[in-house]
Amino acid sequence: MGSNSLYGPLDPAPDAGYPDAPPRMGFFTDTSVCIGCKACEVACKEWNAIPEDGFNLLGQSYDNTGGLTANSWRHVAFIEQPGSSAAGSSAAQTAMVASTTQPQTGTAPGIPPAIDALAAAGTAGPQFLGMPQSDLPGRTADAPRTDFRWLMMSNVCKHCTHAGCLDVCPTGALFRSEFGTVVVQEDICNGCGYCIPACPYGVIDRREEDGRAWKCTLCYDRIGDGLTPACAQACPTQSIQYGELDELRTRAAARVESLQAQGESSARLYGHSEDDGVGGDGAFFLLLDEPEVYGLPPDPVVTTKDLPDMWKRAGLAALVMAASVAVSFLGRRP
Amino acid sequence: MVPRADFRSYYGRPIVKPAPWTHDIAAYLFTGGLAAGSALLAAGGQLTRRPGMRRAGRVTAIGAVAASGYFLVADLGRPERFLNMLRVAKPTSPMSVGTWIFSAFSAAAGAAAIAEAAPLLPPGFVRRVLPPLGAAAGIGAAVVAPALATYTGVLLANTATPSWHAAYPELPFVFAGSALASGAGVGLIADPSPPARRMAVLGAAVELYGAHRIETTKGLLSEPYATGRAGRLLRAGRALTAAGVAGAVLGRGNRVVSALSGLSLLAASAVTRFGIFEGGMASARDPKYTVLPQRERLARRALLDQPDISTGESDGIPTVRNSIDTGE
Repeated sequence: MGSNSLYGPLDPAPDAGYPDAPPRMGFFTDTSVCIGCKACEVACKEWNAIPEDGFNLLGQSYDNTGGLTANSWRHVAFIEQPGSSAAGSSAAQTAMVASTTQPQTGTAPGIPPAIDALAAAGTAGPQFLGMPQSDLPGRTADAPRTDFRWLMMSNVCKHCTHAGCLDVCPTGALFRSEFGTVVVQEDICNGCGYCIPACPYGVIDRREEDGRAWKCTLCYDRIGDGLTPACAQACPTQSIQYGELDELRTRAAARVESLQAQGESSARLYGHSEDDGVGGDGAFFLLLDEPEVYGLPPDPVVTTKDLPDMWKRAGLAALVMAASVAVSFLGRRP
Repeated sequence: MVPRADFRSYYGRPIVKPAPWTHDIAAYLFTGGLAAGSALLAAGGQLTRRPGMRRAGRVTAIGAVAASGYFLVADLGRPERFLNMLRVAKPTSPMSVGTWIFSAFSAAAGAAAIAEAAPLLPPGFVRRVLPPLGAAAGIGAAVVAPALATYTGVLLANTATPSWHAAYPELPFVFAGSALASGAGVGLIADPSPPARRMAVLGAAVELYGAHRIETTKGLLSEPYATGRAGRLLRAGRALTAAGVAGAVLGRGNRVVSALSGLSLLAASAVTRFGIFEGGMASARDPKYTVLPQRERLARRALLDQPDISTGESDGIPTVRNSIDTGE
């Protein structure tokens, strides 16, 4: 264990004990070019032989997957936003109404989300999205355009530098690969479920019919042979880019700069900084709005950052307990 | 800075996932604490030569250990693989640490309980050797017991579940106090003597103090413990604890009142554990408990980094703007 093993900037594979680790590999997901085709979801399911998660109509734009679960390791989020200024838009209000309608929700596929679709629909009026055209949008000068925008984002396991799931796994089923990724060994996992509340992004999940925890492996069985992970291979717009993390970070910094220069002031990177609460993500993103709009935590921190403190508090409590018993039994017998 | 109640989310869906644990785990929090409290009571009885108290403590401890083992294994997705827990010893995993604590405790508590059967055996070597072995095992169990009672606080706190994590300084104290009170409850039922009463008072005081801090000092993250089912459970736990302590102190010399107050303390301990469990689960199911405290943290950091606004880029300043805008 090095000094930054629990928190702070770190190269995870050497810290995990690989003496000659290959470069750290990762994903850069550029949501500004995502077209919401879901090819990544399908390719992931195909390659990894993930069971289907039911035929659900969630009433959340084109998203009928709902979120990352044991049976969905890529998830394409769809956000409908009238107006280019994201804040204060009716989509935001829609999300807010939805968030307060029904407390009970579920992460398992097929469980209805915490949304009253009728109440949510009532807040935003119908939006005319323009007639379907055969030409590219904006090419014909007088073609009708609205200021409506659609955000799409393919979410995935972040393969954190400091992975809460990996830290808390009591069986060693979760391990750090030589590529710096985090992978579950399904022949070891006994389904204790501790990794699930430990993930600050809510990624890893237990498959109900199977009892074990599952998540993206960054196609461990492909990248070892020099192949590209299935989702990145299938992505038709290079919204999902796979490669050495250092190179992806450079590429992402250039991309966000160019978008800003083109006037897309809402473009920002998420999970790229090794100074963040999880020491940087192996899979990071370019977003066009605040993270929580996409269902991402705005400032995730790995829970084990506080673990040394927690053990100290528990030790103190144990001493108080022992002392209480000693005090109780001291003194003269009646 | 007081966070605004308004926030944005992805169709109101939770961000972090609640633990997939059933009430088996809440029940284990109680039985594990009861095992620890009873083992301490038994050791006290053993060292101060109170055989009734010793026997009740040891028998309760092994019963509670057996129940705990059942709850823990039953809650696994793959119960037949429970032995995989013993593949590794990992200080970063409170569940791994807890597995080893629980294993050591069960062995000691089991040996101590078996020794209680000595008088039933025919005279001979085994009957002679059991009591001293049981005495050693009883002390061993009592040494491990405080760890068994408090690691569960770390188990819950070391998650991204907002209200559990925020409560990490107090959770081990709540669980330690609750375990003491439940052990004292066993004493009040089996052998109501001054040590059991004192243990009840001290345990209840530690538990009530910790729970009060959790319910009042965590800002928005205290809310799940005050509302809904968790709120009702924790209020019931507080009332039962108060009743149990009052009975223990005032019912001196009356076996029935003492036994009732012991029962009340046991029920209080169980109900409090379920309340803490439910409170955390509720905080994971609502994205507001994930988003708002993190937004607040970002805003605080942005204020601290004020001179570096130019390099602070997207996260800090727009945060403040948005929390105002979305309120309109």
